[in-house]
Amino acid sequence: MKILVTLKRVVDYNVRVRVKSDGSGVETDGVKMSINPFDEIALEEALRIKERGEAEEVIVASIGGDEVQQQLRTGLAMGADRAIQVSADGDVQPLTAARTFLKLVEKEEPGIVFLGKQAIDDDANQTGQMLAALWDRPQATFASKVELADGKATVAREVDSGLETIEVDLPAVLTSDLRLNEPRFVKLPEIMKAKRKPLETLSLEDLGVERAGGIEAVSYEPPPQRGGGKVVESVDELVSELKSKGLL
Amino acid sequence: MPSYTGPVEDFRFLIHECLDLQECRDLPSLAGVDSDIIDAVLAEGARFCESVLQPLNAPGDEAGCRLEGDEVFTPEGFRDAYRTYTENGWPGLTSSPDYGGQGMPHFLGIAMSEMITAANTSWGMYPALAHGAWELIHLHGSDEQKRTWLPKMIAGEWTGTMNLTEPHCGTDLGLVRTRAERRDDGSYRISGTKIWISAGEHDLADNIVHLVLARTPDAPEGTKGLSLFIVPKFLVDDGGGIGERNGVRCAGLDHKMGIRASATCEMVYEDAVGYLIGEENKGLNLMFTMMNGARLGTGIQGLGLASVAYQNAVTFARERLQGRSLDGAKNPEKPADPIIVHPDVRRMLLTSKAFIEGARALAVHTALQLDIEYNHPDAERRERAGHWVALMTPIIKAYFTDMGFEVTSLSMQVHGGAGYIVDTGVEQYMRDARIARIYEGTNGIQALDLVGRKLTAANGETVKSFFTEVERLLGECADEPAMAEFTKPLAGAAERLKSTTAAVYQKMAGDPLEAGAASVDYLELFALTAMAWSWTTQARAALRALDAEGARSDFYRTKLDTARFFMARMLPETLGLEQKILAGGETLMALDESAF
Repeated sequence: MKILVTLKRVVDYNVRVRVKSDGSGVETDGVKMSINPFDEIALEEALRIKERGEAEEVIVASIGGDEVQQQLRTGLAMGADRAIQVSADGDVQPLTAARTFLKLVEKEEPGIVFLGKQAIDDDANQTGQMLAALWDRPQATFASKVELADGKATVAREVDSGLETIEVDLPAVLTSDLRLNEPRFVKLPEIMKAKRKPLETLSLEDLGVERAGGIEAVSYEPPPQRGGGKVVESVDELVSELKSKGLL
Repeated sequence: MPSYTGPVEDFRFLIHECLDLQECRDLPSLAGVDSDIIDAVLAEGARFCESVLQPLNAPGDEAGCRLEGDEVFTPEGFRDAYRTYTENGWPGLTSSPDYGGQGMPHFLGIAMSEMITAANTSWGMYPALAHGAWELIHLHGSDEQKRTWLPKMIAGEWTGTMNLTEPHCGTDLGLVRTRAERRDDGSYRISGTKIWISAGEHDLADNIVHLVLARTPDAPEGTKGLSLFIVPKFLVDDGGGIGERNGVRCAGLDHKMGIRASATCEMVYEDAVGYLIGEENKGLNLMFTMMNGARLGTGIQGLGLASVAYQNAVTFARERLQGRSLDGAKNPEKPADPIIVHPDVRRMLLTSKAFIEGARALAVHTALQLDIEYNHPDAERRERAGHWVALMTPIIKAYFTDMGFEVTSLSMQVHGGAGYIVDTGVEQYMRDARIARIYEGTNGIQALDLVGRKLTAANGETVKSFFTEVERLLGECADEPAMAEFTKPLAGAAERLKSTTAAVYQKMAGDPLEAGAASVDYLELFALTAMAWSWTTQARAALRALDAEGARSDFYRTKLDTARFFMARMLPETLGLEQKILAGGETLMALDESAF
């Protein structure tokens, strides 16, 4: 069985994100970029499945310009066997990403497509679900525990009320939640070896992907600065203040 | 509790934008090491230091090491961290691929050392000593010794130590008494006591390879009678694995002001089997290879501790609300302004920042010279790089550790009373930094090395290697008007250093005491001038980057502002130093001993 893991290049979670002065997006020049942490967890889980002998190959894929090769190389250094870059300019919306991954699914025929539950840049939380729908296969999202047996995956999902355990037939789409595992450190020799592992570059056109255009980003702005607090004299004043702000 | 973030962005700037890697394309250590790999190594290294080592720092300091019988136990978590470190291949970062290392460039090694020290100085002592020991065996050991010891040491399975000091001899190694008796099988039996042996005994590795200075029975007196031996804790069996326990044991652990989780051991040798490295009576020179590497590494300790102490001072200065800015409230909606608005707090933070980033650039450049010195195809280039390293070794050791301590003290000052409270965590940095001015040759000894040896070395070529670089930089920037605000003070300081060097040279020819009297001030004068050079190279790279489109302008503008601060408010110290040096040693020597 093959596992396809998708890796999105995002601003590192430690970086304080800043909006560009013209409001056209967030600043990424010279900013530390990393694999989306949820995707890294997905890759870690895929590697563990392979190390248990339950999968033969782990493929990492990313959509974007040549800069995404850096994240793919990190994925290879963590232990993935090969990488696919689907080159694309500009903003890639969840539906475009899902359509792209569907093409890769048709090409590679994996038993599991493992994604992060969402990317920490746009927090869309859509690509995995859309892919499952387009592919017409089961989905198990927000996974915090995954077990495989007899062509099925038993997945504990993190839901609002606690944990929900479901069973899905493979092939299926899985998306990882934060507590699924703790990703490994990259071993130094693997960083060098990753350079020699295969990295294939395709384009949206090669794959015949039609770009989705449903969402248009109009402008970006930082959250408003917090205003000063106010000391109230009595409970009554507090209640009336809250009411006047429509909070009560 | 303090926190730490590896300065990956600054390292990337220094390596990708300040170093001249073009001329180093042919170096084996750079073959296949492209910018992606450099970035990946820096990012992974930082991640390890931040997430594994830093959390163990304060608890390790509190717990210290424990001696039971002759076994030493490191604080909780140290073993696991060391296992992670070795499993991920870090011990072999810069070591020879012939013995399992990664053979990567020394600037990555220096970067990793800085981050390890900043995250956990005590823990960093164990791999640092091991590194020094394998480097010595790699340079001076026989082929058989290399085959026996290096693979395990480079894999981190075995660590190493350096054994010089004895109860009655520290700086003056001519007094070493540890004996080495020849045996028929070619080995020796070592007996004696060594003290203050870092990483002499611990529970991190399976074996410990001690490098020991000792004296054969018929050896001449003094330093010319010292031989160097490999004395392992466990002998090696026929299969190359752990064999019999050797006659060396830890007889005591020292209780220290700082680096408390680093085991500082008294080692007793009783008929321990030892193997001679090189020839008899040539041991001290060999040991100096290890010492030179260790001196650079010690300088980096000063830098690393300064870096983490500064980071925490900045966080505190931004968060601590106290009083109002002298020119009116900056934060009117809050009860007070953050203390970072005050000129004096900024003076402390900027002094720290300008030291750290200037020193880091100097260290990264010097590390590249190490690769050039060892491996460049052009002999002339190798030699020039060697001069630079020899010259900068005492400067980096002494200036970085003096300033490193100063910056940890400034960090405490910025923290105010909270800094003096142990639970805040920054006082540990000050305690940990203090030793670096003492060990690996006190900073006074470094200054004597600079004045007594390096000034006259290689017919003055050693010192010239610095002035040549300064002149080259000034020449390259001559047509860039925007660089004048940096090149002018650099040129002035270089002239001052040159004339002072000539004066010192002349004085010490007449009276050797004059060399000693000038030495410490002279080293600082030299260091500040080297920092001016370092800041000028950074300013040039920053200006060039700002000219290019779409650059991350904040980063480069901050570089230029920090360079301006250095030139305006730190480099002028050279004026006072010049005056002190030229005043000579007369007043130092005037008092009769009884008058003190």
